[in-house]
Amino acid sequence: MTPPPPAGPVIVADNLAAAYGSRLIWQNASFSVDAGEFIAVLGPNGSGKSTLLRLVLGLIPPAAGSLQVLGRRPHRGNAEVGYVPQRRNIDPDLPVRGRDFVHLGIDGNRWGIAVGDTASHHQRVDQAIASVEALTYADRPIGRLSGGEQQRLLLAQALAGRPQMLLLDEPLASLDLRNQIIIAELVADLARANRLTVLLIAHDINPLLPIVDRVLYVAHGGVAIGKPADVITTEQLSRLYDSPVEVLHDRHGHMFVVGLEAESAHHDA
Amino acid sequence: MPDIDLAAAPYFGWDVLRDLQELFRYTFMQHAFEAGTIVAISAGVIGYFVVLRGLSFAAHGLSHIGFAGATGAVLLGASALAGLLVFTMSAGAVMGALGQRLRGRDVTIGLVMAWSLGLGLLFTYLYQGAANLAIGILFGQIFGITSQDVAVTLVAGIVTVLLVLAVYRPLLFATLDEEVAEAKGVPVRGLSIAFMVILAVAVSEAVQVVGVLLIFALIVAPAAIAERFTTRPSRGLLLSAILAVLFTWAGLTVAYYIPYPVGFFITTIAFTSYILARVVSDVIARRAAGRPFAWREEQLRHSP
Repeated sequence: MTPPPPAGPVIVADNLAAAYGSRLIWQNASFSVDAGEFIAVLGPNGSGKSTLLRLVLGLIPPAAGSLQVLGRRPHRGNAEVGYVPQRRNIDPDLPVRGRDFVHLGIDGNRWGIAVGDTASHHQRVDQAIASVEALTYADRPIGRLSGGEQQRLLLAQALAGRPQMLLLDEPLASLDLRNQIIIAELVADLARANRLTVLLIAHDINPLLPIVDRVLYVAHGGVAIGKPADVITTEQLSRLYDSPVEVLHDRHGHMFVVGLEAESAHHDA
Repeated sequence: MPDIDLAAAPYFGWDVLRDLQELFRYTFMQHAFEAGTIVAISAGVIGYFVVLRGLSFAAHGLSHIGFAGATGAVLLGASALAGLLVFTMSAGAVMGALGQRLRGRDVTIGLVMAWSLGLGLLFTYLYQGAANLAIGILFGQIFGITSQDVAVTLVAGIVTVLLVLAVYRPLLFATLDEEVAEAKGVPVRGLSIAFMVILAVAVSEAVQVVGVLLIFALIVAPAAIAERFTTRPSRGLLLSAILAVLFTWAGLTVAYYIPYPVGFFITTIAFTSYILARVVSDVIARRAAGRPFAWREEQLRHSP
């Protein structure tokens, strides 16, 4: 059903730099992401993680260097890229069902009102909602659902567009640890089933350790990519952050970055 | 009201057919119903998005800017409608360009609104025969509508409704989920401007029925009620249009028999309906939940 992803890398960055207006955020980033890879994007606040996603979406142009997404220059409206932005709170009185949000993922960018292929669209909406196990509450107003339920439906919206790549901006934020693990595993299952490449921005690597292939660390104007065990090390992070950072391991293999409390403390609140 | 044959008291009773014959006996009433229906449909349709986008106050401000435009145009010897359109469309374009930043700008909107009324006051003062002009623009003059006015209203009404339907899906997407819509290639900013310009046309069109001060009732009340009773956007849009038409018809009918202004009746019906709708929808929600405030508890439980 889903077309096989193109062989080889789906994202190729060569000496890429990102700027917000005239302010340079990071530069000299050269990396590539293979089809079907699950990448966790980590780094402190304001380091330019979301900016990376915006570059891949074609919402902003590279400040320097080049970027190829699925063999082409990134461009807005790319149906092959599904996107779930970081969530603000949805108004609890918003008179719209979760299902309507999901539907927009299929034809929200088409002009006019829906005529013709509505039956097949409804079927696709149902499939997408079923795949995130949200059928029981998809007909309730989306603002009245819990954070985890909303996150599932927004994920369903991205999936309904049948993308080859998923860009998720902090899908685990404001979820409790149990839900973080559940959602992370759900994303991993969906990615495997649909052969999706995933870029997922997160603050804590631990719920993602069992599922990620590599991590992309964005900090202090630079980018580092590699296996978690290679990137999340005392030496690498101290170099990246340009300040002494220590990585501790517990006996379950969890990683804890110490020395950045001031930068990351409020995320755990 | 225009001259009515006072010898025959208007019929009102259980004979519905005779009631209707009575209501449509005079051309001024026919025109009022024709223009009123067209205006109500476009106000209801566009009102759904006005409320969903949180632009009620901006829409209100837009109509006041129209007052300055209309009186200024008349002062310069042009038609009031032309002045309304030019002013509301330009102001709408500026508001649309601001996009999301328009939210929370209530101080700016309020000040521009007050200044527009002040300007309109000056223009009507400078214009001879000011009082009637000002009252007409502020509160509408639906019983003075000519068949030419009806034709103009019909064209404007069809254009606004067709335009809203033409941008329906991307506008809904941009309203509910601006960031994803933008990534999916929806021209978010362009739509925001286009929407405010369409709203400007709808407001200008509605001014002759309820006037700039009362337009709020027809654009906001039906949509706000509809949004309490349905969570499906397409049904909300339809219900909003139907309610706007019903309010207008009811207002016109009552005003035919009781010699008070139509604007008073339409706004009163809209207001009481809104209050009723709030009460009824709350009761329905509580029944559905099994106990009072159930969804609140649920929310508290889910909040981090």
